[in-house]
Order: sequence, then C-alpha cells, then structure tokens
Amino acid sequence: MFENLQDKLNNAFRTLKGKDRISDINVAATTKEVRKALVDADVNFKVAKEITDRIREKAIDRKILISVEPGQMFVKIVQEELTELMGGNAEGINIKGDPAVILIAGLQGSGKTTFSGKLASLLKKQGRQVLLTACDVYRPAAIDQLKVLGEQIGVEVYSEPENKNAVSIAQNAVAHAKKSGKKIVIVDTAGRLAVDEVMMKEVEDIKTSVKPSEILFVVDSMTGQDAVNTAKTFNERLDFDGVVLTKLDGDARGGAALSIRQVVEKPIKYISTGEKMEALDSFYPDRMASRILGM
Amino acid sequence: VGKTTIDEDVLDELEDILVSSDVGVETTVKVIKRIEERVARDKYASTAELDSILRDEIAALLTENKSVDNQDSFETEHLPKPYVIMVVGVNGVGKTTTIGKLAHQFHQRGHKVVLGAADTFRAAAVDQLKLWGQRVNVPVIDHGMNTDPSAVAFDALKKGTETGADVIIIDTAGRLHTKVNLMNELSKIKRVMQKIIPDAPHEVLLVLDGSTGQNAVIQAREFTKVTDITALAITKLDGTAKGGVVIGISDEFKIPVKYIGVGEKMDDLQVFDRAEFVDSLFKKIG
Ligand SMILES: Nc1nc2c(ncn2[C@@H]2O[C@H](COP(=O)(O)OP(=O)(O)OP(=O)(O)O)[C@@H](O)[C@H]2O)c(=O)[nH]1
Ligand SMILES: Nc1nc2c(ncn2[C@@H]2O[C@H](COP(=O)(O)OP(=O)(O)OP(=O)(O)O)[C@@H](O)[C@H]2O)c(=O)[nH]1
Ligand SMILES: [K+]
Ligand SMILES: [Mg+2]
Ligand SMILES: [Mg+2]
Repeated sequence: MFENLQDKLNNAFRTLKGKDRISDINVAATTKEVRKALVDADVNFKVAKEITDRIREKAIDRKILISVEPGQMFVKIVQEELTELMGGNAEGINIKGDPAVILIAGLQGSGKTTFSGKLASLLKKQGRQVLLTACDVYRPAAIDQLKVLGEQIGVEVYSEPENKNAVSIAQNAVAHAKKSGKKIVIVDTAGRLAVDEVMMKEVEDIKTSVKPSEILFVVDSMTGQDAVNTAKTFNERLDFDGVVLTKLDGDARGGAALSIRQVVEKPIKYISTGEKMEALDSFYPDRMASRILGM
Repeated sequence: VGKTTIDEDVLDELEDILVSSDVGVETTVKVIKRIEERVARDKYASTAELDSILRDEIAALLTENKSVDNQDSFETEHLPKPYVIMVVGVNGVGKTTTIGKLAHQFHQRGHKVVLGAADTFRAAAVDQLKLWGQRVNVPVIDHGMNTDPSAVAFDALKKGTETGADVIIIDTAGRLHTKVNLMNELSKIKRVMQKIIPDAPHEVLLVLDGSTGQNAVIQAREFTKVTDITALAITKLDGTAKGGVVIGISDEFKIPVKYIGVGEKMDDLQVFDRAEFVDSLFKKIG
C-alpha cells in the first residue's frame, strides 16, 4: 500500500511536470496521494485533511517542483511534519504523591491490564514499591488475570473479589498502600466505551476519589477512524496525561497515534510491543512517523 | 425528474461517510465508481434514489450468508453433529466473550454445548472461559494453563462426542497474524481435532474488533492463509465505531459476516443483518 508512496509521488510529479502545469496543481495531486496513504494508515480523515493542507503549504514554500527529486523531497517533508506533530521529547510520568496513584483507562481489550503489569514491573525494577489494584469488577476473571501478572513480576495485587464498587476498592487500595509503605498505586480499570455514561461516570469518580498524579489512556494501535471520538471523550471526562499505544509488535500502521495527538494534544508516553511483561518501550515520534508512512 | 447527474458535493459527502466508517480508500472508491456507473446507465437519479442505490451497492459487496439470512442461525438440525466451531483472532478482539454469548444462544434453544479452553497462554484465560461456562450453564473442558492447546481441543471433541454434544466451541489464544509460530499452531490444533472428527472444525470463526481500522484486512488475509475462515464476527459495535472495514474484507475474501457483538452481556450477540449494518453506517454520530 505505502511502500510505494514515494514512487507514486514521483510519478505524479513526473507526469504533471511534463505537461508544464502550474505548481499548485502538481502539489495538489500529490497531497491527495499523501492523504490517501494517511487514511489507509488509519489516520482520521479529518486529521489527514488538516495535515496535508499544511504539508502542501510547506511544499509550495520550499519550491519542491524545481528540485531534482521532488517525490523524495516531498516524502521528507511529510515525514518531518508527522514527526513534529507527534513530537516533543519522551515525557516521563508523574509519580509524586504519597502514594502516587496512576490510573489506567481505555476501551475494552485495548491492553490495560497487560500494560498495568508492565508498568508495575518497570517501576519495580527502578527500585520503587508498587501496588497493583484490580478495579475491574465486571470482566470474568479480571482479578485473576491481574493476580497472575502480579505474581509473575513479584508485585502485590490489591483486590476485593466480593466488592462490586470500583471506587471504594481504589480508595481502600490507597489506604492499604499507605499502611504497607507502597509508594505507587497502579489502578487497572475495566474496559469501557466512551458512550457508556454509567461506566464513564465510574472512572471519573475513581479519579475524583483517589486523585491520580498520572492518568494514562490505553489505545490499541490497530484502532481505526473512531480513535478520535474515543480519545476526545475520555479526555473530556478524565483530562488524561498521556497515551499508551499497544500491540505495536503487529503490523498496524498506527495512524491512530497521530489522530489522537492532533485531537487531544496529549503525549504518547509508552508503547506496548508484546504480551510478555518486558515488552514495553518509550515512544519515538520519528519512528512512528516512518511506520505510519510504511517506510 | 431528479438530477441528471450526481453532483460532486454529494459524492464527496458520501466519500467522507464511508471513509470515516473505516470502509477504507480502496473500497470507498469502488463503491463510488459503482454508483457512478449505475447512474450513468440509468441516466438519472434523484437524491432519494441515490440513497437506495448506495445501500444496494454496499450490501452487494457483503458476501451473502446463506445459512443465516432470514433464518435462525442457532438451529442445529441441519448441521453435522457435533458441530465444531473454532474461534480465532488477534489479541483482545472479543473471542472468549463471543464464545460465551454463542454458547448461551445455542444452549437457550435446547442444544447441548461443550466449550474447549484452548487458550492456555493468556493470564487467567481458562478461568475467564470457565466463568462464562458457569454463567450460561455449559460445561468447559480444560487442562489448566500452560498446557498444549491441541490436546485441549482434542479432549473437548472427544468428550463432546461421547456426551452427545450438538455444538463444540473451541477458544484459542489471541495471536497477531505476524507471529508465524502462533499462526502455525492453529493448523496443528485443526489437524489434531481431525483425528476425532475428520471434517472438524466445521466452522472457523474469525473475530474482528469493530473499532479496528485497515489492519483488519491484513488480519483476514493472514488468518485465511493458515486456516479456512468460514465466517466473521464483528464485535464492539455498541460503541461509535462502525466496523466498515468488514465490507472490503467480505468482498475480497468472500467470507460472510455471521454475528455482531453489541455489548459484554450474554445476550449481546446478534445475527448479522446486511441492511441494518448498512443503515448504521449512515447514522449520524455525535
Ligand atoms: N501482541 C500483543 N498483545 C498484547 C499487547 N498488550 C496486550 N496484549 C494482549 O491483548 C489482549 C488484551 O489485553 P488486556 O491487557 O487483557 O486488555 P484490557 O484492556 O485489560 O482488556 P479489558 O480489561 O477486557 O478491557 C491480551 O491477549 C493481551 O495479552 C501488546 O502490546 N502486544
Ligand atoms: N462493548 C463491548 N465489549 C466487548 C464486546 N465483545 C467483547 N467485549 C469486551 O472486550 C474485552 C476483550 O474480550 P475477550 O473476549 O476477552 O477478547 P479475546 O479476543 O478473547 O481476548 P484474548 O483472549 O486476550 O485475545 C472484554 O472486556 C470484553 O468484555 C462487545 O461486543 N462489546
Ligand atoms: K457502532
Ligand atoms: Mg483488563
Ligand atoms: Mg480470549
């Protein structure tokens, strides 16, 4: 699909150049190719339009039409632009507080529980006292799942199998952490749809009651056009601090990363690259840009 | 009567709707081309006609599901006994939940169901399926965690056959299609099952997450390579995602969509309805 974006662009320039058209038209045809490639990479179509409009301005500014390799140069501009959009240096998470609470939220099956385990493992390796908290009171065996992970990484898991109130479990976990000298509490929550008012209220209530220093929104990198709707709503309700992009060990282009960044302006803080507890990485905007472009 | 041509604006709007539903550029272009051709052929089309043409053309891309359309797909009389369904897909799409819901539907109609817990890998996967089994009142065959999934599947077919099951559903671990070993494992599970029932599995259900974008096409392609996918289930359509990618998939691979998931409860499974699905693409979202 995209491997040949550069070829396509070169072709577009070649044919149009031959006809001696005015520069605007040449660039318009090629920006259209770029837009298609972005949408094929699951960048939200509105976001893709905004981005390509900007790219087009830049291309015209830099007079790429009179350059020797306009296609190549154009791709470079696209890549720079995407990198900048997802940009900034890798940002850490805020673990101030006694204990610091990290709230994990997102859609069903996005990878929250797995990521909770990974983050706990990472923080533990940094020598911190961590407590995992099982606040998913709905999914069958959700508590067991977190417990298995906790056992694998040697981190205590706080749970109350009989308690169906996620808010009180979170509160009790914080109290338990204080008593037992844990400095960080990671709260794993149930998956929820942005349109599920009762569930969105629940996670909002968890936030209000335990005042997390960091709220992370977990997104599957395979997500399509809907990523913006979901991210927007979660951000409106939780004002989250960062995004975790999961399942990047697959071959999804991950255009959702760009869409979310554009729409909510929150940094991507981690990427998840496997089912094992070690498969956690920092986010690099330039690599993500290349990935989205299929290069 | 009506317009002689469909103007650019209408087509642009249509393009936006399709693309924003994850239909994908290629399929969207295909749909629009079909409409343009039809309009050229029929000479005119009013906006109202356009609407029905559009729905027709999209529905036409969705491979027909003969056993389902206008029928109750949970009847087993016409099926081999036991009817074996293997459920596959990438991580977290909703396989286990869909199995719980399917088991419930079959069980409710008085069919005898057995589940096989062949996801022995994901943390607490066996417990999750067992809880579903309890919830909907059907037995689950398991060998615990970290055991050979093929052996579990073998055992589920053996016990299911012995106990006169009508339907046996095998859960498998989520696997990304890029992982060769895990993909080959599916062929092995299938081979081992055939030692008990030569034509099993009768159905291989590929579960796709309705919020997945264009990667779903590659999922369908790669899973099709290692095992004959006979039907699709699209989950999580109770959200704002439209699952439009399935249109191109169904068309390209000629696989019917059989079920849709519309929630996390046991009743939240519906038999796929083409017209309804196409309608949902055009419903305004917030
Ligand atoms: N390949 C791969 N699989 C992952 C990754 N992260 C999570 N998974 C898998 O994705 C599936 C879902 O992960 P979970 O952690 O259970 O997701 P969740 O968001 O907690 O799900 P719910 O609690 O049901 O909403 C599991 O099979 C995980 O093993 C990843 O980065 N790569
Ligand atoms: N809203 C909604 N959630 C669903 C639907 N189907 C499944 N889920 C949820 O999605 C999450 C993942 O579902 P599972 O059934 O565990 O998915 P899986 O494919 O078996 O996951 P792995 O075995 O880890 O690969 C759970 O939280 C389910 O409750 C659906 O149709 N709608
Ligand atoms: K929907
Ligand atoms: Mg979870
Ligand atoms: Mg499962």
